[in-house]
Amino acid sequence: MTVLIKNGRIIDPSQGIDGRKDLLIKSRKIEGIYAAGKAPKTDKIIDASGCIVIPGLVDMHTHLREPGFEYKETIYTGTMSAVKGGITTVCCMPNTSPINDSVSITQFILDKAAKEGACTVYPIGAITTGQKSEELTELEALLKAGCIAFSDDGMPVINSLIMRRALEYSKIFNVPIISHCEDMELSKGGVMNEGFVSTILGLKGIPKSAEEVMVARDISLCELTKGRLHIAHVSTKGSVNLIRDAKKRGVNVTAETCPHYFTLTDESLISYDTNLKVNPPIRTEQDVAAIKQGLKDNTIDVIATDHAPHHFDDKDREFDAAAFGISGFETAFALGLGLVDQGILDLTEFIRKFTITPSHILRIDKGSLSAGADADVAIINTETTYTVDSLNFISKGKNSPFHKWKLKGIVEKTIAMGKVYDWR
Amino acid sequence: MFESKDLLGIKDLSPEEISYILDTASNFKDVLKRDIKKVPPLRGKTVVSLFFEPSTRTKTSFALAAKRLSADFVNFSVSTSSVVKGESIRDTALTIQSLGADFVLIRHSSSGVPHFLSKIVDMSVINAGDGANEHPTQALLDLLTIQSHKKSFKGLSVSIIGDIAHSRVAKSNIYALTKLGAHVRVICPPTLMPADVNRLGVEVYHSIDDGIKDADVIMTLRLQLERQTKGYLPSLREYFKLYGINHDRVKLAKKDAIVMHPGPMNRGVEIASSVADGPQSVILEQVTNGIAVRMAVLYLLGGVRK
Ligand SMILES: [Zn+2]
Repeated sequence: MTVLIKNGRIIDPSQGIDGRKDLLIKSRKIEGIYAAGKAPKTDKIIDASGCIVIPGLVDMHTHLREPGFEYKETIYTGTMSAVKGGITTVCCMPNTSPINDSVSITQFILDKAAKEGACTVYPIGAITTGQKSEELTELEALLKAGCIAFSDDGMPVINSLIMRRALEYSKIFNVPIISHCEDMELSKGGVMNEGFVSTILGLKGIPKSAEEVMVARDISLCELTKGRLHIAHVSTKGSVNLIRDAKKRGVNVTAETCPHYFTLTDESLISYDTNLKVNPPIRTEQDVAAIKQGLKDNTIDVIATDHAPHHFDDKDREFDAAAFGISGFETAFALGLGLVDQGILDLTEFIRKFTITPSHILRIDKGSLSAGADADVAIINTETTYTVDSLNFISKGKNSPFHKWKLKGIVEKTIAMGKVYDWR
Repeated sequence: MFESKDLLGIKDLSPEEISYILDTASNFKDVLKRDIKKVPPLRGKTVVSLFFEPSTRTKTSFALAAKRLSADFVNFSVSTSSVVKGESIRDTALTIQSLGADFVLIRHSSSGVPHFLSKIVDMSVINAGDGANEHPTQALLDLLTIQSHKKSFKGLSVSIIGDIAHSRVAKSNIYALTKLGAHVRVICPPTLMPADVNRLGVEVYHSIDDGIKDADVIMTLRLQLERQTKGYLPSLREYFKLYGINHDRVKLAKKDAIVMHPGPMNRGVEIASSVADGPQSVILEQVTNGIAVRMAVLYLLGGVRK
């Protein structure tokens, strides 16, 4: 089966391509890119007029909830939701139940993904057994089983010595340690950013320092060990500054942020909407500005969703007791496009941070339209505006703070491992 | 005048609305002085209290207010109800509504619960204290008390001393007093000061002597005794030494200053007994005014519902 995607604007940062060209797919692989009208005859033609044609997005921070929390999301619903959002590679965090700290869980996830998944799934293994910050997991065995990186996400590695060992030991395999930076004592009981808005709402705040002291610690440990550190979901100006300085010194650190951290400020919480409750919390205008600057100057390498779907009942309750997290797959691209509209990033740079850069960090063959690559493609209309209706998400998690927002950028079609999904 | 079906907080009230409630409450104060203290406006109406935190005094005050207005008052007892079995607040609130209640008084340790309920039910929701957010009827009764001792709120100097960070009483009073033109000073150790509180239009003091100087009103707050174990304070003894209201400190305020406390008091922690029982104390008057203010709130919200 051959498919030609024609009349679109192909943007592939991995090859420095941006232009009106045709993309040829043969079965599950990219065959090549051709000048308009120069491709050979194919079985099927997709007209991408008025759209950009880009590598399927690579989301290096997601929660698929299976095993253990299938009422929140499954590998099937999660990957379908991702694909709806133009995402064709998802890396799933290990805080499932049981936790992905063993080969059997990794295998379970990969088997499920092979059977039911709509796109490629790469598990991220736990750094420590049971995410307890006590003992390292068997990194070699987990990597062999299919994990591509390690993180205790949802929890920090509280024990600094264990974090040091993780950064050291992982050097054998040259894989990143992804750090959820949170000092659990400083954040204890907190449910939103600490500041004037938390004072108004009478909610317990999480100070920026709760993130920044751990970012500083982990950078220091990374410098000490010469390991590979990736900072997850950067939310504060201070973190951006710490990472920028570390990079200047040559520390082997990379970083990601998520759409909600460059789109929202804590003032949006004023009506106690639990869909805005997320960890780390939504910060202030200065933080948003610093994160945008960090994205622009490449202090922040990657955009990821931190897709964290929850059941309605987990959010429909008192703010203190509601679950942390945002269902992010189906709005991520459009929110990122906002950065392009604001002139923070050009389209190529935005796409780079959501495709080839995370692929490089994780050393996976994804996020590119080069010949021989997996046939993962997103066809997106970047001009059309639509109104978000989170009730129509494919994800089981309808917990979006962007419900009823008007966003620009609709994913028209997604091709995942050669399979075409038509959303219109 | 009064348009909302709910009283969720002082924050969203206009100065005119606050004054209107106070005027209405003043009238009910006269009713309470009569031999027969009952009037008919809420006959046939049902007021249900839903308290997730224990508070005998607030609940009793509301119960008396409801009964003086001829309403039926029912306590939805949380400890013996299905709430302990994990029923959601949504289900509990809808149950109370289905029982035919017209008003629900909600007290909860989590800020924002009254706002959450108000979106779910048609009943009037009255915030009887939510987390560290607001306790609007307490602030209103404090204002009613101040009003009977001072000419005007404009330019009045009010010093609030205590655990500002965790105090819904302080928050509601700050909103109410600043809206009516009073100068508010907040005094407490930095560990108990909420972030950026000055942006609420108050002056921040860590020294009680500076903060209390020439005040017209001294309002001291109840200290939750577990603050000590959570690292906010080295000891209760040191707290009393630095922030307790004693006779010498009262003398720093204006001669005719009044001393207030929302109760229940920790004598010897935030206030000395000699001050609590002294001539400048209006603490028991606050209790009496609580009934009048809660009558006014029920009465006015009942009018909105008609
Ligand atoms: Zn995390």
